[in-house]
Amino acid sequence: MATKLIGDVILDVKNISLSFGGVKALTDISFNVREHEVRAIIGPNGAGKSSMLNCINGVYTPQQGSISLRGQTFSHMDSHQVATMGIGRTFQNLALFKGMSVIDNIMTGRNLRIKSNLFLQALRIGPAEREEFRHREFVEHIIDFLEIQAYRKTPVGQLPYGLQKRVDLGRALAMEPQVLLLDEPMAGMNVEEKQDMCRFVLDVNQEFGTTVVLIEHDMGVVMDISDRVVVLDYGKKIGDGTPDEVRNNEEVISAYLGTSH
Amino acid sequence: MQTTFPRLLIKHATERPQSPALREKEYGIWQAMDWAALLTMVDHLACGLHQAGLRRDEHMVVVGANRPRLYATMLAVQSLGAIPIPLYQDAAAAECVFPINNASVRFAFAEDQEQVDKLLEIRPQCAQLERIYFDDPRGLRNYDEPGLESLDDLIAAGKIFSGLHTDFLRKEIDKADCHDVAAMFFTSGTTGNPKGVVHTHNTLLNRAKAGADFDKLSSSDEVLAYLPPAWIGQNIFSYAQWLACGYVVNCPESAATVTIDLKEVGPTYYFAPPRVFEGLLTSVMIRMEDAGVIKRRMFQYFMDVAKRVGPALMDGESVSLGERVLYALGNVLVYGPLRNNLGFSRVRVAYTAGEAIGPDLFTFYRSIGINLKQLYGSTETAVFVCLQPDHQARADTVGIPIEGVEIKVADNGEILVKSPGLLKEYYKNPQATAEVLTADGWYHTSDAGFIDAHGHLKIIDRVKDVGRIKGGANDGAMFAPKYVENKLKFFPQIKEVVAYGDGREKVCVMINIDFDAVGNWAERRNLPYAGYTDLAQKPEVYQLIKECVEKVNADLSVDALLAGSQVSRFLVLHKELDADDGELTRTNKVRRGFIAEKYDVLIDALYGGLTSQFIQTQVKFEDGRTGSVSATLKIEDTKTFTPVKAAA
Repeated sequence: MATKLIGDVILDVKNISLSFGGVKALTDISFNVREHEVRAIIGPNGAGKSSMLNCINGVYTPQQGSISLRGQTFSHMDSHQVATMGIGRTFQNLALFKGMSVIDNIMTGRNLRIKSNLFLQALRIGPAEREEFRHREFVEHIIDFLEIQAYRKTPVGQLPYGLQKRVDLGRALAMEPQVLLLDEPMAGMNVEEKQDMCRFVLDVNQEFGTTVVLIEHDMGVVMDISDRVVVLDYGKKIGDGTPDEVRNNEEVISAYLGTSH
Repeated sequence: MQTTFPRLLIKHATERPQSPALREKEYGIWQAMDWAALLTMVDHLACGLHQAGLRRDEHMVVVGANRPRLYATMLAVQSLGAIPIPLYQDAAAAECVFPINNASVRFAFAEDQEQVDKLLEIRPQCAQLERIYFDDPRGLRNYDEPGLESLDDLIAAGKIFSGLHTDFLRKEIDKADCHDVAAMFFTSGTTGNPKGVVHTHNTLLNRAKAGADFDKLSSSDEVLAYLPPAWIGQNIFSYAQWLACGYVVNCPESAATVTIDLKEVGPTYYFAPPRVFEGLLTSVMIRMEDAGVIKRRMFQYFMDVAKRVGPALMDGESVSLGERVLYALGNVLVYGPLRNNLGFSRVRVAYTAGEAIGPDLFTFYRSIGINLKQLYGSTETAVFVCLQPDHQARADTVGIPIEGVEIKVADNGEILVKSPGLLKEYYKNPQATAEVLTADGWYHTSDAGFIDAHGHLKIIDRVKDVGRIKGGANDGAMFAPKYVENKLKFFPQIKEVVAYGDGREKVCVMINIDFDAVGNWAERRNLPYAGYTDLAQKPEVYQLIKECVEKVNADLSVDALLAGSQVSRFLVLHKELDADDGELTRTNKVRRGFIAEKYDVLIDALYGGLTSQFIQTQVKFEDGRTGSVSATLKIEDTKTFTPVKAAA
């Protein structure tokens, strides 16, 4: 397999600290993500991984530190702004519209790119209809890419969990993100579903050049697909580097396996 | 019909250039390709392949699901006078080695990454395999193996060549004779290496035409191509008859969407092996059980009417006015919507073949107004030997010999066929050819059967499998394993059966339950189970299966020939028989001898009178890994019935 070209730093996280009341969720975390790479954030339960994503995503506002995207620095991100800037995400506990079909769910991901106004859309007049066709075509390519053609019109709530995760990914892809944040994309899946999901994540990364930041528990998955890994424990960064470097890091080993005293 | 496949393409492209030839559902829309566009694509492909070095009489492998570009590639190969060999897309990589080396194949068409990976895996064993063309580039962007090229590039190169040599394609097509070899199909074979069945343009097209005439097929028909193109049945229906009649072949979006696509296309000419019809019926029945009371009652009432009246109407017999009115009402309320739901609203002719079909299943479809019929044929006969005429479809026969076919039954009960559609030979295997094709032109089918009082052919079993019971109460009685197995398989709860009895004193069977059907049955009875192995060994399941076996015994006891084939003991296997484990052929036929060796402890237990037996079995998963399954299997005795002798 030819090696892909990893570019410059696209997302730079500097000295982030986040606390909820007296609970310190993140303490002075810094790391960066380079263009086109697969970057994993790992750590035991409660290490602050999802909080980290939520900071990048603008859901939480960190008390300290800054995040810069393509050189632009922000002390506070707002979710809508983050999305317009090309960061898409999936959720650990799926936030899909259960009663809506697969197509409609993925279509919602196109929301930011729809130009015609609500009135025209509601009446499906001229340009609005043409625009909808274009978006639908894009969505169809995602459906084809994720191999969920058989479930196009199925309400998402009726699909098995592994497929719902795929729809969630599809919706994030629909906004054509430059950076894709995946919150435990393989959680709760069986081996076969995990393999499929790995392939989709790698395909997204390789075919579209999308930068991927993922949180994952399954070490096998992380070590196989990521270019670099950052390790958190109790809100602190304890390791950062290639999978091999992280695997041999003493602190990481003790965080995962415990230490004898 | 003195023509070739490529000449038929030119004929359609000239006479009706704008009519659709192929449709494929992609990105949610049925995209049509007309005959003129198809000819252009074939032209470019042929030019590209010629430039790449594909020569007359050479073989080229095509492997993949039904896709317009797969069929276009076959046409391009034939246009050059080369011979396409379709291979099964679900075959394991190792199974492709023999055909590729046997025919010294240098060129291959692969549908997607999965097929490309397979061919690359076996490349070290097939040194002559020079070029692999892929249709779908997904996932292949980082492959840099020599000779791996996209079909798009091939077409682009061919387009330039074609621009410089505008009459190249036609000149090449004109060089062919109708008795030239057109295609080669490898038969799965229950033993030894597969054999390449060589067919000429004439053998395939002659039969395609005969079948089309029999059922008055025309260019206005529609078919859905969803079975493997490597299987001659699919190849006849969506390739030979497609070109012979000029109808539209529709390619489904993916294997998972076939039922949805079937509904959307509404084919007029349909073909499926019995298991597909069975699967459809099971899905209907499961949904009916979940339906509301009124719907369920209505369904039951009108299905009873259909059972009584439907087949008679279908066979053109007279039916009382009252019954007719009732059936018409049922048609509006139940049968019509049901046909529509199954995607059979427009079906004019539907066929089933390959395996015996259960009488209940067969009658169900005919009773709701679907013209389901049976046919008899094989790869070696280019399918069409016997077909059932419209008003004479029966579950236990396979029809009458059609135009051009002669049939006789040899002394040992074997059916011999003479037809213009017989194979030319087995490729590079004169010995095997001589065994089946005698000098006087008869093809030995190795099926045992007879022609009944109405002139219909009835098949019992393979000649070599028909045996004799030795010793015991039924000493010397005829034993037809497949006949027994099929009778058991007609029960929806039973998926596979292997029967033993030749040279033994009684008949014993090993059974695979149908996981969906029995699983559903268990859920409805609040019977918890942990998986296939667990469910299979439940005493309730054994009781259920025992009832099925005893019903079959009762049925066999009135058969003059086969009363001695009643089943004395049975067990339910702990794993599903699988082609990946070598227990079934690729066409899902049980490999009785192989299974007997693999499970010899079970056979010993069955005949040794044991009541249970421990077994551990290696299984191969689809991704090539292996694991093992073990269980202690129970063995049960069943009631047999005294043969009812036919009145002398």
